[in-house]
Amino acid sequence: MNDIALQNKLLAKFKPFLESTSTRWYIVLVILVAIFAWGISGLVHQITGGHIVTGMRDNVVWGVYIVNFIFFMGLSYAGALVSGVLHLLNSEWRKPIIRMAELVTVISLMIGPFFIFFCIGRLDRLHYLFIHPRIQSPISWDVIGISTDLIGCFIYLYLSFIEDFAILRDQQSINLPRWRQKVYKFLALGYTGTPTQKKIIHTSRTIMSAMIIAIAIIVYSVLAWIFGVTLQPGWDSTIFGPYFVIAAIFSGSGLMIILMWIFRRIYGLEEFITKKHFVNMGVLLLIVAAFYGYFTFCDYLTKWYGSVKINAELINKLFSEFNWMFIFANYIGIIIPIVIVGIPQFRTIRNITIGAVIAVVALWVNRYIIVIPTLETPFLPIQDSRVDWLNYAPTWVEWSLTAAGIAIFIILFKLVSKFLPIISFSEMSHADYRQLKILE
Amino acid sequence: MSGKENKKNSSRRKFLKTGITAGISAAAGLTVGGTLAGKAVAGSGRKVKALTTDGKVIEMDEAMVEGSAAESRHVPMTIGRKESMEGLPNRKFVMVVDLAKCKNARACVDACQQGHYLPKDHEWIRVYYMKDSPRTAPYWFPRPCFHCDSPMCVSVCPVGATYKRTDGIVLVDTHRCIGCKFCMTGCPYSARVFHWKEPDVEQPDVPYSPETNVPAVEGTVGKCVWCADNLRKNKLPRCVSACPMGVIYFGDMVEDSVSNGTETVRLSKLLEDRAGYRFKEELGTNPGVYYLPPSNRSFSVESGFEGHEEEIRQRYEKHVKKYNSKK
Repeated sequence: MNDIALQNKLLAKFKPFLESTSTRWYIVLVILVAIFAWGISGLVHQITGGHIVTGMRDNVVWGVYIVNFIFFMGLSYAGALVSGVLHLLNSEWRKPIIRMAELVTVISLMIGPFFIFFCIGRLDRLHYLFIHPRIQSPISWDVIGISTDLIGCFIYLYLSFIEDFAILRDQQSINLPRWRQKVYKFLALGYTGTPTQKKIIHTSRTIMSAMIIAIAIIVYSVLAWIFGVTLQPGWDSTIFGPYFVIAAIFSGSGLMIILMWIFRRIYGLEEFITKKHFVNMGVLLLIVAAFYGYFTFCDYLTKWYGSVKINAELINKLFSEFNWMFIFANYIGIIIPIVIVGIPQFRTIRNITIGAVIAVVALWVNRYIIVIPTLETPFLPIQDSRVDWLNYAPTWVEWSLTAAGIAIFIILFKLVSKFLPIISFSEMSHADYRQLKILE
Repeated sequence: MSGKENKKNSSRRKFLKTGITAGISAAAGLTVGGTLAGKAVAGSGRKVKALTTDGKVIEMDEAMVEGSAAESRHVPMTIGRKESMEGLPNRKFVMVVDLAKCKNARACVDACQQGHYLPKDHEWIRVYYMKDSPRTAPYWFPRPCFHCDSPMCVSVCPVGATYKRTDGIVLVDTHRCIGCKFCMTGCPYSARVFHWKEPDVEQPDVPYSPETNVPAVEGTVGKCVWCADNLRKNKLPRCVSACPMGVIYFGDMVEDSVSNGTETVRLSKLLEDRAGYRFKEELGTNPGVYYLPPSNRSFSVESGFEGHEEEIRQRYEKHVKKYNSKK
């Protein structure tokens, strides 16, 4: 199939979605906006009433918010993995899912930091992070890292958009309102597809894909060091940097599978996103799950085997109060995806997606039992008569904001996929860079 | 060099003098709190007790006493962030807690909460019921901020809201603090507390100072300040003078002397005689608080449960049970 024919085919495929909007789309949007608005009301409640409305207290000073923060930051690895690593490896099959991966990256990078903001007692002083920074603090490293990552990923995403904007600007088959055509024209930055332009975009994308991998590793390691540099039992671990990176790739690839399944259903993309994609991503998930399980095992084995009192107390807590969470996060969440993908008979699209859902949810729980039990096990025993000061339990405010985070994630995805096709036209019809060189 | 030494010597004399004054006045049946925790007046017109060369306690105008607040320090009306970052010259404060004398009277907690207008939730000094190993005896363990020499809380603060001074004190500027609580996870001693809501204790209408953290600010972190405001006026921290058992000693490493309000002793000798130690030395934070082991105790540990509200007693129930079951 030549480039133009494929492009036309894709345009025809996405024509109904780009041209008109279904009632169902609006209904879902309204529901999501309502959830988001509910979350905002929770936030207002928290700002006016103080952090006392959350389940956080003097021992467990970070709760579900920080768990969500790490979780969303981890999801952003989907982009680093699919578009970064696979771009460098030049895997052909990745092309239909590149756009999705890059969107996951940018959107989750935008949402993640908000959960840190919810954790901050004085939001009105947030700018102090920039005007009074102390570079010794891992939080300052995080501020630098995340903003660099966000800008880098945004540039990378935009680079991949330019050619598609040009295609949408030039095409005749889809009826678009004038303002949208103008926007496409503006955003295409005068791209006409000359060999020089193609080469520039291709080179910068290759450079950016390499950079994004490096930045992503740094950002997630820094995030792990927020915990790793402290003296707290369970956090003070040298393994945390790489462990967090692997966990992030794990959740990123899991989310990719889920999104592939959803968009395949909504847009009828069976032709482009095939079983091969699910199996390939599934194998990636399997490999990462194996590494992730190995890291988890290493981390807990050393803590459990040794006799340090505070570690023993922590392990005790994990195996009693948090027992079910531990089993779900660290046994089921790792073994199920491995079994589903590992045994060829189980490898159906549906099964792989179920495995991915379990993996992603289990990873969230894993983050929860990294953060909470440690904070409930300080060096000096918690001696308090108030139940909520002894054990952390998230309140409706925290759950509402968590739901709002997921809602805005989907809303942004919906809006972007309304404006641009979720499969990159240009990428699908792209000539290999090496071929391009020969043409010159 | 010699000038510096002179200065040091003279400041040592000053400290010893005030310390001994406190000791004598208490011995003479006067309340230490009255002497040490009186109202701050910059200038004269205020009577202070002093020790004469022949051992008599006399009253004289504050401005006449060498080393008094009125004479030696030009105390600005408000200590802002900048002033609060500089430690008192030639000082290195130290605290010694004698676990043998503590019976969980909680006078330190009350005095601290009153002095700093703290809500009930906020205990800058907390008394723990501890038992180190199955066969050792339980004891009461008051824990103020340790004002570590290698403080984790200061290292991890992203905005410089918490800082270490030359005299050893670690302060929090609640007008700079963004409330990220990283310092709370950084501190291995749970010494920091958070204003989860608007403080429910009425705050006085005074200019804010990081040395007092008054008035309190919602959404920020607070902790024991070793009563830096009192130290500036040559007075002992509130918990020290409030303790009826004289559990807490406070003093200066440069002077090598500490006082609990009734007696002033050599720090080095006290630590040597009573086998002083620091809590969790292995963490390497270098605390500025030393503990004396609970040997030859004056009170039974059970007496610490008496005379408190139900809420206070309930706090320890779980650990009493736990410690008893591990016999």
